[in-house]
Amino acid sequence: MSIDQLPDSESETTGRRAAVTVRDLQIATNSGVEVVHGISFEIAPGEVLGVVGESGSGKTTVGLSLLGHARRGLKIAGGTILLGDQDIRAMNDAQLRRLRGSLVSYVPQDPASSLNPALRIGIQLREVLEAHGQTDSKANAARIAEMMREVALPDDPAYLKRYPHQLSGGQQQRVGLAMAFANRPRLIILDEPTTGLDVTTQSTVLATVRELAQIHEVAALYVTHDLAVVAAVATRVAVMYAGRIVELGPADKLFESSGHPYTRRLVGAIPRLSGGRSLVGIPGHAPSPGMRPPGCPFAPRCRLRIDECEAAVPDMLELAPDHSSRCIRALEVVEYQQDEYGDPVDLAPPEVETPVLTLENVVGYYGSTEVLHSINMTLEKGEVLAVVGESGSGKTTTARSIAGLHHDWTGTIKLGDSELAKSARSRSTDIRRQIQYIFQNPYGSLNPRKTIGESVGQPLSVFKIASGKKAETMVGEMLEQVSLSAGYARRYPDQCSGGERQRVAIARALISKPSVLICDEITSALDVSVQAAIVELLGELQRELGLSMVFVTHNLPLVRSIAQKVAVLADGNIVEYGETASILADPQQEYTRHLISDTPSLETATGDVPPAAAPTDGAHQA
Amino acid sequence: MSQAETAPALAEGVDVPTPSVRSTALLARSLRLWRTRIGVLFTLILVLIALLGPLMAPHASDKFIAKPFSSGSASGTVFGTDYLGYDVLSRFLYGGRGILVTALVSTVIGVVLGVVIGLVAAYARNALDDVLMRLMDVIMAFPQIMLALVAVSLVGAKNSVIVLAIALTTAPRVARVARGAAQPVVERDFIGATEAMGLSRVRILFGELLPNILGPMMVEATLRLTYSIAVIAALAFLGLAANPDAANWGIMIQKNQVALASEPWGALLPILAIALLTMGTGLIGDGIARTAAGIDRERGDA
Repeated sequence: MSIDQLPDSESETTGRRAAVTVRDLQIATNSGVEVVHGISFEIAPGEVLGVVGESGSGKTTVGLSLLGHARRGLKIAGGTILLGDQDIRAMNDAQLRRLRGSLVSYVPQDPASSLNPALRIGIQLREVLEAHGQTDSKANAARIAEMMREVALPDDPAYLKRYPHQLSGGQQQRVGLAMAFANRPRLIILDEPTTGLDVTTQSTVLATVRELAQIHEVAALYVTHDLAVVAAVATRVAVMYAGRIVELGPADKLFESSGHPYTRRLVGAIPRLSGGRSLVGIPGHAPSPGMRPPGCPFAPRCRLRIDECEAAVPDMLELAPDHSSRCIRALEVVEYQQDEYGDPVDLAPPEVETPVLTLENVVGYYGSTEVLHSINMTLEKGEVLAVVGESGSGKTTTARSIAGLHHDWTGTIKLGDSELAKSARSRSTDIRRQIQYIFQNPYGSLNPRKTIGESVGQPLSVFKIASGKKAETMVGEMLEQVSLSAGYARRYPDQCSGGERQRVAIARALISKPSVLICDEITSALDVSVQAAIVELLGELQRELGLSMVFVTHNLPLVRSIAQKVAVLADGNIVEYGETASILADPQQEYTRHLISDTPSLETATGDVPPAAAPTDGAHQA
Repeated sequence: MSQAETAPALAEGVDVPTPSVRSTALLARSLRLWRTRIGVLFTLILVLIALLGPLMAPHASDKFIAKPFSSGSASGTVFGTDYLGYDVLSRFLYGGRGILVTALVSTVIGVVLGVVIGLVAAYARNALDDVLMRLMDVIMAFPQIMLALVAVSLVGAKNSVIVLAIALTTAPRVARVARGAAQPVVERDFIGATEAMGLSRVRILFGELLPNILGPMMVEATLRLTYSIAVIAALAFLGLAANPDAANWGIMIQKNQVALASEPWGALLPILAIALLTMGTGLIGDGIARTAAGIDRERGDA
């Protein structure tokens, strides 16, 4: 593992004066329930500190507190936040306003909603400068050009006259970065700035952040749920769980010799390129504020739990200079080999020569634009075919055409021997039953007004499979098959977490015993640890039931443990098609190689991208 | 701040739609607000007066008591006599039922019609949407009372005509709100999921879409009821009622207003009644709307 390409290391952190010092920070709701308990860390100038945690761990709340801001309903209840030697908590509103954007700046999650859609980007960049007293318009114009070059965007006046909607997501986020760095702040807070971006765009944005922070000696706090992303950008990482920092240390240490079981489980949940091993999710979920146990909050989900864990919240234990863990068994944990990896998966060979689904010469349109150009692929019985590509590559259109949700296509799609009509409505009930579709966002795919039982049971009545008591029993059994209890049938979607909702969606798709299951980016809306659990479940069900499945994703390493065959899509063309193992080991196309190296995986995180294996014969078709 | 926080294991950056509140829960929760309680109280009192009033009236609604506009003490009644010499209190107790029933029936027809048009338009997402909504715009270009007046003066002041006129002018307003509320729901994936299952359009509209817009529709319905009461009372005030001499709050106001200075009760009682009734339904609607918005805020910050 090499860290020489990273800008900073722990020796400098202690040696130089910290740009930001946070001591014993406590944040509570207005009614007094503590949400964030006793957070302490410091960031040196030029250093990027990654803050990693699942949703609800308090990471964004901590990030915002460095701006002196608490979200509605919350307040900063205790502790100190020092920016250099200024105490942010002692400032009044006017002082805080001056501070924000000049000494501390913030890059929000969604660039599209953080830029004003009605103003040209040049004007928005100028506003940032003018708001902090720089009113010389000539100097500002030069400064704006410089800022644009820094984030690798064109600096010509024509480009600056564009509106945000005329830029891509990645370009918008670069403008966001340019604005954040405009006044040479001392601290910059980045709140998941790459979550909505493509893997390729993400990796260039990450590189820009790292460079700018280093060049301009800016301390940066990078908030994310994805440990693999943090490895690409941060020198040091704070892992948060249930409102506490549970481990703080150099990024490479966390991957190699982590001192906290939770970090170990997070590492185990990252997809990896080499070796088809199953991903391992973390069972259970984090306790919510006000319901946190008196002892270690992770204890109920921990494999290494001993009775003492539940007595009191462990203190931070120093394992090495600049590496500490909040686990009473940290000294043992740090010695373990990373053992949370899953078992190797033997993907059952599909029954060849019995294609269940065939796409021949499928051309898809949006209006008059051709978005899919002659797609050919075959899904054998019991096979999982991964369809991989960046956003806009046509992978979702392909999936929706198969399901009859996108009607505007020509060519032939066959289920077994029967040719499919274009829209689901014009297909027979039995064909509709045989092709089931799982949507990307589990928050949108379940009717919020229906109980889980009603949603899962709906296919039974629509396809006239069962009704009454029999249907109820089937729903209960199905829910148990996706690792939910039958009791979930009475819940409503808003009473379930994202992972649980996606399990419900899987149950709804499987209850009618389909012959083809189409999964459209079903994990991209989920935390990494939840993603692992869902993929694990899907893999198990697929092997158990012998399902044939089309698995659409932008995450190439993710398909390693589940799919026998991969189709790589770029701009509506299949650029590579063949066995998963050989494509991952030896990609023939530049595009595929980029896709692999840009996607955060365990290997890209630790710098061990596997060497290209000897070319295998036959499997590729460019 | 309860169940909303139990491990929402969702990556940040993903659009989380506002969690639903089931309509019954919405009604129950809105009753925690004083404005809703007061609204319910007002409405309940007036509805009881309108429905049960005829049973409690001391006299028949068309029984001559004393000469017109006699005072209470002179005629031996509580509130005196009206322009025909009938008992004001009895006329008042008889006069609510007509208004209430007409308003309720016309509002129900208007809301149902409007919801259907709005849902169809939102789900169609094509030329049909445009045709329907532009048609609604045309109707909405005229004030509700104007169209009602035209209808009544053309066909005559029959109850059915009044009901129909108000229902037809209520529908476009409801349709616009229903379409607006349904539009974002139509784009959600669960509608796609039912389409892939091959659910019929009718079942998608009323089984899947409708439950998701019940909140705003309840608010809209109470608002429309308020307006309907006002319009019907106004029509009666203008003398456009099925029977111009019937016991009717609107007619009472018009005919008795001449004696407002000397014998005010004949006009004042129905004025107060209509004011309290519309205030009541208005407050209920407002309470539901605030509850829905309050729940959104609370959940949104969780």
